[in-house]
Amino acid sequence: MEYRYDIVIIGGGPAGLAAALSARETAPEAKILMLERDKKLGGILQQCIHNGFGLHYFGQELTGPEYAQRFIDQLEAAKIEVWTDTMVLDFSSEKVVDCVCAARGYVQVQAGAIVLAMGCRERTRGALSIPGTRPAGIYTAGCAQRLNNIEGYLPGKKVVILGSGDIGLIMARRMTWEGAQVKLVAEIMPYSSGLNRNIVQCLVDNDIPLKFNHTVTAVHGQERVTGVTVSEVDPATRRPIAGTEEFYECDTLLLSVGLIPENELTRGAGVEMDRITNGAVVDQFRQTSMEGVFACGNVLHVHDLVDNVSNESAIAGAAAARYAMGQKAAGQVYAVKAENGVRYALPQRIVAGDAGKLDVYFRVDAAYRNPSVQVLCGDKVLYSRKKQIMTPGEMEKMTLDQGLITGDITVRLDK
Amino acid sequence: MREYDVAVIGAGVTGSAIARQLSRWKMKVALIDGAEDVAMGASRANSAIVHAGYDCPPGSLEAELNVKGNALYTRWCAELDVPLQRTGTLVAAFDEEEAENVRALYERGLKNGVPEMKILSGEEARALEPMLAENCVCALLAGTGGITCPYEMTIACAENARKNGVDWLLGRKVSAIRGTEAGFVVTAGYEDIIARRVVNAAGLFSDDVARMIGDDSFTVRPRKGEYLLMDRSAKAPKYVIFQTPSRLGKGILVSPTVDGNSFVGPTAVDQTDKTDTSVSQEGIDQLRRMAKKSAPEMDFRNVITSFAGLRAQPSTGDFIIRPSEADGRMIHAAGICSPGLTSAPAVAELVEKLLMESGLTLTEDPAYDPHRSHIRRFRDMTREQKEAAIAENPLYARVICRCETITEAEIVEAVSRGARTLDGVKRRTRAGMGRCQGGFCSPRVMEIISRETGIPMEKLTKFGAGSYLVAEKTRSGEV
Repeated sequence: MEYRYDIVIIGGGPAGLAAALSARETAPEAKILMLERDKKLGGILQQCIHNGFGLHYFGQELTGPEYAQRFIDQLEAAKIEVWTDTMVLDFSSEKVVDCVCAARGYVQVQAGAIVLAMGCRERTRGALSIPGTRPAGIYTAGCAQRLNNIEGYLPGKKVVILGSGDIGLIMARRMTWEGAQVKLVAEIMPYSSGLNRNIVQCLVDNDIPLKFNHTVTAVHGQERVTGVTVSEVDPATRRPIAGTEEFYECDTLLLSVGLIPENELTRGAGVEMDRITNGAVVDQFRQTSMEGVFACGNVLHVHDLVDNVSNESAIAGAAAARYAMGQKAAGQVYAVKAENGVRYALPQRIVAGDAGKLDVYFRVDAAYRNPSVQVLCGDKVLYSRKKQIMTPGEMEKMTLDQGLITGDITVRLDK
Repeated sequence: MREYDVAVIGAGVTGSAIARQLSRWKMKVALIDGAEDVAMGASRANSAIVHAGYDCPPGSLEAELNVKGNALYTRWCAELDVPLQRTGTLVAAFDEEEAENVRALYERGLKNGVPEMKILSGEEARALEPMLAENCVCALLAGTGGITCPYEMTIACAENARKNGVDWLLGRKVSAIRGTEAGFVVTAGYEDIIARRVVNAAGLFSDDVARMIGDDSFTVRPRKGEYLLMDRSAKAPKYVIFQTPSRLGKGILVSPTVDGNSFVGPTAVDQTDKTDTSVSQEGIDQLRRMAKKSAPEMDFRNVITSFAGLRAQPSTGDFIIRPSEADGRMIHAAGICSPGLTSAPAVAELVEKLLMESGLTLTEDPAYDPHRSHIRRFRDMTREQKEAAIAENPLYARVICRCETITEAEIVEAVSRGARTLDGVKRRTRAGMGRCQGGFCSPRVMEIISRETGIPMEKLTKFGAGSYLVAEKTRSGEV
């Protein structure tokens, strides 16, 4: 095979960038290749021109492009080869990556280790079964963000946003600043899936109303959206309550109803998937069920903060480098289970044998007041902490002492 | 004024098939539509079924053209590179009364000349189609029934017609038709054209077109059909599964699509508005409820979109294909409801015959080429073909729609074949039809259309008319 690399990183967004640099630190001599489908590195960060990135990772508030640039600037010195305009079509368990590349044509690359860092896409679910017409002017929030921030076109002037995901909140503020009128953010759940700080900075500070337990029940307009009907829903069934319909005149409906890891490649290769995260099942090194294939960032599970993506990806990059250099992690494998209010916990598996600290990330399945988070190993309590409030919109992290893990562990809430 | 031998009004599947059929003769033909693309009415949103022909009333024009059209599909789809899968269709009965209906359909099918029919027991039917509900008592299997892609069929006919010299006059709503000595003066948008013959294939609006020459012998009423489309990852039936027909239509069906998705539909709601294609909550609820009767395993969590189409129901209860009584130089191909998609090739042959009978002398065009190819799909190529395609055109190496793996080369080709809108590109290439529903690729596709056509971004539309995609440039504009 013409192209051989020790480590191939699929995706040049925040996850791929952090994984590549970390792989370089771990293996100074390794041949590392990064494959990126867009013309530029940085991924979705490039269209996130607002600030708020990097507070944890750099201790500094940066915009998305600035955050990405900090990593991109180091790539050249780190001698990481980058192919942009390159789309990976599939990869195999033999770690052969098939891709098409504007500069090279159809190419097969033999990798020693693969890091999956393809990110996620937006759910369109909200639009699917909304009654009414199918006019122009219905966009996912991220698509509107690209049109506005990269292409330079305001998608519309009067806007209703369905769903209170972070991108929707950010776009509510951005479109207001660009001269559009954002009339409402409607959230079907009794809580937001976005970060609290975004609700305050994007909606409250700009006088944009947010209605919980509300959803769009009809779209109007034959050609372009002319309005939407918004109804209150019964919190128990989430079905609209008759008689609560309100008409909002608008030319644009933005959907911000969640993100979903983009794992078509992963599934195609036969990697074991987690039905809850929609990402691969991984161990603490972010190694998937396929030896030598690692996953990190939003392709693994959807994060709220890019800082966490960077941290996670550094783990995966370093582990991929060690694998490619012949150091394979081996040992007893324990399962990490989530139950009783915990939607998922990651990693889903732990390879025993390490004595250090182990970070476990998790999300709860609903909003809880004063819950206590517990980690059990058999009848041992490994971790227990009280929290004031927990919501599905905020990813939680806890640090365990790995030496204490002697069997399968369970992460649960004591509600 | 431009002069034509024949002006075909309506670029749905009927009008496009007629235009294609006429393009084999040495004459000038115009294919006219008010919409900015072909297949923008009923041909865009229907059940995509190639019907066997057992459910039309014996002796009707529908019955005759359905059975003929079904047989013609094999050749037409082969020549036009349009997908056709003769999956077989099942009409399932779930009680004794419905079983009676199934037997009546079988008898009717025999009268209509439908080949390859068989009545199956419930067990036999379930052995063929495991998704069929357990309480199925019997089913009519029609081997010639199948599925196609309705807008692809329309696009293919229109493209082939154009290749053989037919002019497309799209985005030109016909507002007046005046009879003259030589034929008609047709006001099509901003332009008057002269046509010796007019074919009225205007679908829902065919009664309005007839009235332009004082013919009020029929009316057309819209009947709405709503559909739910499922993702490819959902379990799909192998056969088209019908319920027994009712007064309002053929019941709700569960069907695979040629792209590997599945869908349920249609509802049947009579209305007066010829433009209202909105989907109702009642319709969605009804589909979910009724589809479970035939296929209880249908998983509605996999719905990727819902949509509605309007069928053109004629007041006469049958297709209206004949010269107008007001002026025999206008040939109606009107009131084409279901099975209009299946019948289209046969309708085209009949209209051709009627035009000859109307005194039009036709001479064969030796340059006529019946073949047309779909835009080459990168996704379906072998590795060697991919390498060769990229070597020939590097734009094949640039994947724009990542969900469906659609390359820039395919999108540029769609634009060169006449796509001017986001939906036009989508229907010709599948860009934007995948899981993200255009979330990632729409801005890039817009950029390509704008670059290739010179239409500024602010003027680009989703599907023509006022369906603008963006409002204005942001303040700085340049990036």
